[in-house]
Amino acid sequence: MKILFHAGRYFMLINRVFSRPEKWKIYWRSIIDEIDKIGVSSLGIVALMSVFMGAVIALQTATNIDTPLIPDYTVGFTARQSFILEFAPTMLVLILVGKVGSNIASEIGTMKVTEQIDALEIMGVNSASYLILPKIIGGVFIFPFLIAISMVLGIFGGWFVCIATGVVSSADYIYGIQYDFRPFHVVYAFIKTIVFAFAMITVSSYHGYYSKGSALEVGKSSTDAVVYSSILILILNYILTQLLLI
Amino acid sequence: MIEIKNIYKSFGDKEVLKDISFSCFQGKVNIIIGQSGSGKTVLTKCMVGLHKPDSGQILYEGKDFVSMELEDKKEIRKNLGMLFQASALFDSMTVEENIMFPLTMFTDMDRKAMLRRTNECLERVNLEGTNKLYPAETSGGMQKRIAIARAISVKPGYLFCDEPNSGLDPQTAIVIDNLISELTKEMNITTVVITHDMNSVMEIGDHIMLIYEGEKWWEGNKEAILRSDNQELNDFVYASNFMKTLREKF
Repeated sequence: MKILFHAGRYFMLINRVFSRPEKWKIYWRSIIDEIDKIGVSSLGIVALMSVFMGAVIALQTATNIDTPLIPDYTVGFTARQSFILEFAPTMLVLILVGKVGSNIASEIGTMKVTEQIDALEIMGVNSASYLILPKIIGGVFIFPFLIAISMVLGIFGGWFVCIATGVVSSADYIYGIQYDFRPFHVVYAFIKTIVFAFAMITVSSYHGYYSKGSALEVGKSSTDAVVYSSILILILNYILTQLLLI
Repeated sequence: MIEIKNIYKSFGDKEVLKDISFSCFQGKVNIIIGQSGSGKTVLTKCMVGLHKPDSGQILYEGKDFVSMELEDKKEIRKNLGMLFQASALFDSMTVEENIMFPLTMFTDMDRKAMLRRTNECLERVNLEGTNKLYPAETSGGMQKRIAIARAISVKPGYLFCDEPNSGLDPQTAIVIDNLISELTKEMNITTVVITHDMNSVMEIGDHIMLIYEGEKWWEGNKEAILRSDNQELNDFVYASNFMKTLREKF
């Protein structure tokens, strides 16, 4: 029953979020701020993780191929497929849930417990729309760019480590990343990214928006936001894969 | 004028407000007093639409706020100013942006006009030159005054103050009380103050109601408080030894 209660309240909140904004001009400014907060500020960690994960995937694949029946270009192929299909759109978003999701939940939760949301409501502002809509638009807009950057840097990380260690030649690696390339896989990755970004931002906002009590509760909301966003992303990942790839 | 008629409100099995009726007059400081947990804040939240009463009416100039459509409620809310117990200033905005916020949201003023109005409000609460500070860089008393400036920026018809001087030293509390009283007279607005501070009541209260365990126990003006033989009112007013001694002396 509890899950139904939360699902119902979540969809009611989403309904409020997408009601007509008071003034687009103000929302536009907030959207730019959110793009900066959610996306641009995450660039560093995205780049760092992608390069190193790409390097590790390439090395692990290379060290596990000890039969001449499997060609060397498999390293490049594996790095590309891992990044495009799973690491960039799913793993990276899951990691970002810890940064962006908890930040959203604690920001909105603090506003809730310090009555800032009540102040907005009393002024006649639709607080759900004012606070959450710019985050959704900003996140859904910027996440595909982050994921595209991650794909490029991850594949680059793999190439770089192959050159640096000599486990696979540059030509083999580049042949591997071009081998049997299906553009739909990139489309699939972007569809997943957009759905995951929406899920993460709305679930985190939901937990923040319905925080009550003290700072302790805000911490709990933040943890719940990370846990439930992650679970939802994993379930959606399975559903989308089944729907789009099989 | 705001009229509250037969308001009931429960949370689960707990009945928080029982048949409350009260009128708040224009140009007067209307004060709701009562112990902590007596239902004062719930009543105010019902009045501003943050809680929906189970039954009863809240009439703003004769129009029932409870049964109104959301769009009509929004129009009333644009005419409300509220000072929260913890000020509720937006942390991510400067003082200037906080005061400008309602103007940006609900008026078509250009930036120059908004800045002029912001400075007028800051001047009125004696906080000139604090425009670029963030709420965290100001004291508790300053935050209350900034919140008042924000509340009056759109020239509201109704001002609600939830425990306006809680957590403040006695001198700053008097400054806030006087500011509320002066603004009420100057702007001829309907002000509703929720407090359990008897100093505030005796200082600025024009029309007073006592809530006790969710029910209205007494209504009158400050002169009548001192003459009343209502047991609950006297228990509340003369709770401290200081007040008891004062009563015995006079």
